[in-house]
Amino acid sequence: MAHAAPLSAPRAEQGLGVYTQKLGMWVFLASEVMFFTALIGSYIILRWGSAESWPVPHEILAIPITALNTFILICSSVSMVKAYAAATQDDQKGLRRWLLLTVIGGATFVGVQAFEYHHLISEGLLPSGIREGSALAARLVDTGKVSATAAGLFGSAFFTMTGFHGFHVTCGVICMTFVTIKAFRGGYRGGRYHGIETIGLYWHFVDLVWIILFTIVYLI
Amino acid sequence: MEGTRKHPNYVAVWGALFALTVLEVAAVYVGLPRHLLVLSLLLLAAWKALLVALYFMHLRFEPRRLALVAMTPLPLGVILVVAVLQEYAKR
Repeated sequence: MAHAAPLSAPRAEQGLGVYTQKLGMWVFLASEVMFFTALIGSYIILRWGSAESWPVPHEILAIPITALNTFILICSSVSMVKAYAAATQDDQKGLRRWLLLTVIGGATFVGVQAFEYHHLISEGLLPSGIREGSALAARLVDTGKVSATAAGLFGSAFFTMTGFHGFHVTCGVICMTFVTIKAFRGGYRGGRYHGIETIGLYWHFVDLVWIILFTIVYLI
Repeated sequence: MEGTRKHPNYVAVWGALFALTVLEVAAVYVGLPRHLLVLSLLLLAAWKALLVALYFMHLRFEPRRLALVAMTPLPLGVILVVAVLQEYAKR
């Protein structure tokens, strides 16, 4: 008995009109939006619902340094999209150069954030609040400008939100390092740019989340 | 976005993001009234986020159905925050 000819598999691009990796990344990013919304939403609710005097962020946090760090992350997003543009044009030299700059930008962001944490902890801001007897306590809690309860809520929310974001950037830097090594080995030659675009989406998302976090946590 | 398409001017988008970041930081130190400051900062942040999503993540050039997938969690996020805020309002 003759077998019927197998049906050809449907093309992955059908449906939403994008290739599977990209769609997968977008669905993952949609779940990440909910994750960060829960964190940011919790912060807004804690702050709005707090009857105690809430800390003024720019009296505790170093806005100019973080603004510079924001700028570094934005620059790394630009270098990422330039890497993608180079990949689509099969410009291997440009691809390698822009990817390397992206990795350096991301690693610098994480390094500055680690320095910021070290500085804040030594000043007295902990995830549990403001440490008794610290310089921050003398300036804010002892003078009655900030309540110890609100400082506790602020400390835990600040370190949770920025910590999870920093973790995402760190994961991005690690993935980007592998992608860069692959690019140096010629893994994206001949118009194979899908991997670059997919990791780029993640990288831009991390940048986008930081834009929101910087405004909500540091500036407002 | 397919590779054959023309790329937008990424450096111009970068310039806009830089200018908006400077505006945001300046707004904090200028001493605007609280409500105006919060509104300005939220609008500037939304503008920056939109630039990243539209041009760096290429949503402007993607099929509309993919943009809908990307926007799906946003109303859910708003519902999440508003629902809990209602609880605070009832206290």
